Amino acid sequence: MQGLLVEYLPIVVFLVIAAAMGAGFMIAAGVFAPSSPDKEKVSAYECGFNAFDDARMKFDVKFYLVSILFIIFDLEVAFLFPWAITLDQGSLFAFWSMMAFLGVLTVGFIYEWKKGALEWE
Amino acid sequence: MVEAIAFYVLAAVAIASAFAVVSVRNPVHAVLFLILTFFNAAGLFVLLGAEFLAMLLVVVYVGAVAVLFLFVVMMLDVDFVELKQGFLSYAPLGGVVAALILAEMLLVTGAVRTSAAFTDKPAGLPDGITNAERIGRVLYTDYLLHFQLAGLVLFVAMIGAIVLTLRKRTGVKRQDVSAQVGRTRKQAVELKDVRPGQGLG
Repeated sequence: MQGLLVEYLPIVVFLVIAAAMGAGFMIAAGVFAPSSPDKEKVSAYECGFNAFDDARMKFDVKFYLVSILFIIFDLEVAFLFPWAITLDQGSLFAFWSMMAFLGVLTVGFIYEWKKGALEWE
Repeated sequence: MVEAIAFYVLAAVAIASAFAVVSVRNPVHAVLFLILTFFNAAGLFVLLGAEFLAMLLVVVYVGAVAVLFLFVVMMLDVDFVELKQGFLSYAPLGGVVAALILAEMLLVTGAVRTSAAFTDKPAGLPDGITNAERIGRVLYTDYLLHFQLAGLVLFVAMIGAIVLTLRKRTGVKRQDVSAQVGRTRKQAVELKDVRPGQGLG
């Protein structure tokens, strides 16, 4: 168990470095950067005229569709990893069970493609 | 020792950020705290030796579900003041749900701990077999039905998402690859003999 955790030491080291760099840049910007804000400087800049409306507008539902389709194929890939590891143990049944799984999702993929869900308009 | 420190740090950050998810005012910040919670849960999985599940948590939850949540948050009309109202009126119901979940978890852990198969050892590497390999050995054969059901659920989700959200717009210029490729030089290029000083007229 201890050996397993030691393998994760580089990740912890990188996390610490990443956190230190992020915090360092923010602190350095706060300390060294000149800062004299006024109302015009911090207001939203929209090509010279006043902002039309709030930046927090509703997003198009298309983004959601792309994201959902991504999650589905992400999960499909996640199922492939344990399968790929155990492939050399020679279970033909496991191989074909994955093929059936992929077949179902391929039907969905063809549907998705033909429907034009992958096209951006 | 190191394990204990790591566990308490990860668990404390996970609980604190989970609390922040429901208490911060800005929903986008709440989603970012949710991502932090996912990362800490992944760390806890690593401590248990369940490396595959930990990586899955990072890939699927941090990579995909959190992005989806961000889109959902941005798709809603975010009114920061209105979102916080009605907290007290929902509190009793939420408390009942939380208590039920807690009771269920205690029941499950109690049942697992007293069962014969329970060992105190982590699920990881007692005989050098990784977590992913253990899952791979049984998932595609012994648990075939569940595996195929998962595939069908993903399939239904795919169809459902397309049916619910895909809208065709009229008047949109789409890329037609075959038309692009099928264009010949004859259709596309015209050679004009321009006299000096007279233009194309």
